[in-house]
Amino acid sequence: MSLNAKIPSGRLAEKWSNHIKDIKLVNPNNKRKYRIIVVGTGLAGASAAATLSELGYQVECFCYQDSPRRAHSIAAQGGINAAKNYQNDGDSVYRLFYDTIKGGDFRSREANVYRLAEISTNIIDHCVAQGIPFAREYGGYLANRSFGGAQVSRTFYARGQTGQQLLLGAYSALCKQIEGGGVTMRPRTEMLDLVVIDGHAKGIVVRDLVSGKITSHVADAVVLATGGYSNVYDLSTNARGCNVTAAYRAYKKGAYFANPCFTQIHPTCIPISGDYQSKLTLMSESLRNDGRIWVPKKKGDDRPPNEIPEEERDYYLERKYPSYGNLAPRDIASRSAKEVCDQGHGVGPGGFGVYLDFKDAIQRLGRQVIKERYGNLFEMYRNITGENAYEVPMRIYPATHYTMGGLWVDYNLMSNLPGLFVIGEANFSDHGANRLGASALMQGLADGYFILPYTIGDYLATQRQPRPSSDHSAFKEAEKNVSEQTKCFLSIQGERTVQSFHRELGTIVWNLAGMARNEAGLKEALTKIPELRNEFWRNVKVPGDDDTINQQLEKAGRVADFLEFAELLCYDALTREESCGGHFREEHQDDNGEAIRDDATFSHVSAWEFQGNDAKPTLHQEPLEYTEVKMATRSYK
Amino acid sequence: MDLKLKVWRQKNPESPGGLVDYDATGVNPDMSFLEMLDVVNEGLIEKGEDPIAFDHDCREGICGSCSLTINGIPHGPQKAIATCQLHMRHFENGQTVVIEPFRARPFPVMKDLIVDRGRFDQIIEAGGYISARTGSAPEANSIPIPKQTTDRAMDAAECIGCGACVAACPNASAMLFVGAKVTHLNSMPQGRPERDRRVLKMVASMEEAGFGNCTNTFECVAACPKEIKGEVMAQMYRDYVKALFRQAIRPE
Repeated sequence: MSLNAKIPSGRLAEKWSNHIKDIKLVNPNNKRKYRIIVVGTGLAGASAAATLSELGYQVECFCYQDSPRRAHSIAAQGGINAAKNYQNDGDSVYRLFYDTIKGGDFRSREANVYRLAEISTNIIDHCVAQGIPFAREYGGYLANRSFGGAQVSRTFYARGQTGQQLLLGAYSALCKQIEGGGVTMRPRTEMLDLVVIDGHAKGIVVRDLVSGKITSHVADAVVLATGGYSNVYDLSTNARGCNVTAAYRAYKKGAYFANPCFTQIHPTCIPISGDYQSKLTLMSESLRNDGRIWVPKKKGDDRPPNEIPEEERDYYLERKYPSYGNLAPRDIASRSAKEVCDQGHGVGPGGFGVYLDFKDAIQRLGRQVIKERYGNLFEMYRNITGENAYEVPMRIYPATHYTMGGLWVDYNLMSNLPGLFVIGEANFSDHGANRLGASALMQGLADGYFILPYTIGDYLATQRQPRPSSDHSAFKEAEKNVSEQTKCFLSIQGERTVQSFHRELGTIVWNLAGMARNEAGLKEALTKIPELRNEFWRNVKVPGDDDTINQQLEKAGRVADFLEFAELLCYDALTREESCGGHFREEHQDDNGEAIRDDATFSHVSAWEFQGNDAKPTLHQEPLEYTEVKMATRSYK
Repeated sequence: MDLKLKVWRQKNPESPGGLVDYDATGVNPDMSFLEMLDVVNEGLIEKGEDPIAFDHDCREGICGSCSLTINGIPHGPQKAIATCQLHMRHFENGQTVVIEPFRARPFPVMKDLIVDRGRFDQIIEAGGYISARTGSAPEANSIPIPKQTTDRAMDAAECIGCGACVAACPNASAMLFVGAKVTHLNSMPQGRPERDRRVLKMVASMEEAGFGNCTNTFECVAACPKEIKGEVMAQMYRDYVKALFRQAIRPE
């Protein structure tokens, strides 16, 4: 079956403005009669909840953290793109649109990406009005920096904490609405099921993480802003609590999951130091501007890096990509690091690391300049590893960072289930098979501040479904299922901790469906994951009770969903027999190891429909058509 | 290395808590402090005991979730980092480490090392925002702002809302937290229209929540993982006095 994305007609540049003209509005007096649930308080969720409340809707907002301010958008470092052209360097809406489409390796939806580029400028205006202290020049105007995958300077930033400042802006707008009574905020509450009545999303079932109480919440529309699923790999740059549960349980209730195999591995993270590792820390990509990446030419060379002479070092990115060198895009840099480490040239514990060396830059520019540019990152590196990167090269290794796949949505950001909207990283639409730096913040805020508040009104104004009561049998049944699952976790009382399952799952998915994938490996993963899942349900050990704070119980639910979701990810990777962006199938590469895309067969979105726990999901395709750009092969040689 | 831990265990807000001894053995100096606790917890679960509950999330020092008092110091002995960035190489073999929650009456203990910092959210709700309806903003570059002004606002805006300032203060004062938000928003031109209302309402909310007053010991500044400067409190006093004065002569 082919999916209808409901893309408005007309020229690309006019689609959104025409659509706004045609969209149905909700009368201000009627807005307060509608209740909207927003799950998640990152950039997308907080901005949506605040804006919907400003419009007059009743909003109920949920997050698992103790405060909405702690959502993981807060950790974004680099910046936010916008086509302001303040640098007079030739930027435009079209150029930002084209860079994003090309960066996504022609696997994103053209109309959504164009709209994103168009709205990018409003975001900066709004964030400045909120008092966000963006970096400025001495003249008082906003400063910009450049970022990967673009030839213009269009990234706005607030030191290395842009995500923090943008999130605190959205959080403060949300707080104003909480104080005004427009938003009911429920922190430390986790969504555990979506309730669908007569085909429409009508509410959710949640667990209060403090009292353990399971309750139903009814609404006229449900918005999921629950982020990505990088933690399927166990180790990633995401916060420990990030999970796929809300999205996955919506999938089990009929929402389609699109392109789950599109995951982004960031090349510059601090390597794993031992099996106790709980998370991987990202070091800004900007380090590659001055650092040179190398490994020893001799396999298993364990001399200290400073004792390895120049002629015995392999600067592999400079060798393979002479024109882009150390600045090759994220997916290519990551894959190359894996390649040299797999060949036995890796450095550090376990051989999973490559050197990022600043010796030449320090000689050329002086230690002071390097300190000014990267001082905070060197400090962070010292904190974690205990090593001084001014004296010895840094060790880096790739880590999962972002997931481009997510629940399928149409142009209105509504999933195939009417009344269920999905925004931010949780949906799939804007980044194709690879996301460019500084585009995640842009997308989260575009969705929450400027797209959803229009499109949700259109749904509410046209749908004629009454709001059910929480006594409806669908809510009672969902509550029962959630409560039974909770009790089941506690009753198994097996031998292994939840974390040991998460770690084993992460190892399987990382090794077989990580930076490079092949048919045999994916098939192996598809055998191993169900085996591990079976063992989990037989042998997991969850201590404690269900009527109090129980962090192991929370984690058990999340890992149970990852154990199912991982299979979907691998199945999608197996069926997409091409290489594109972050999805690299080893069978589809040229003699130089470059990705080969298959536009004739795979220029479509793969949206999967759940068919039961032991059945294969059904594939629905949304063909991707490009009216104003020509598909090209990415080359960074 | 091996460590002796004394960890605060408390079932729920109502029941009394106490320090319980645990051995942390085979600790790797490259572990983070929270990873060391993860390993201890894995051992407790395997033995069938209840693991130690503690708040954590991003584990890179920015979300502000982690909230441990280590050997009497909020976020532990290293300067300018949150607990999650503290690594075990700063401890010695055989050392005794006392781990308690952030202590302050407005932060009641919920379980073990988890405290309720919801009152910080209430203070922000009272006035820690600039009222800017989505859609109403002028062009971003229409108001130039001196670089020094944004830099100063950014210094204050770096606050992660962890509450170490309150835990470190002998009076459990939240003035560094409130001062940081007041300084951030009141120094930006966009924040000026509401500057009086903001400071008055935030201070009122702070007092209502039961935070103490400042007696200039500056323990807050010493404990702050983001090195927020004490001058933000001076800014808050100045704005507060000016707001009171303006309100007296020209009530809203």
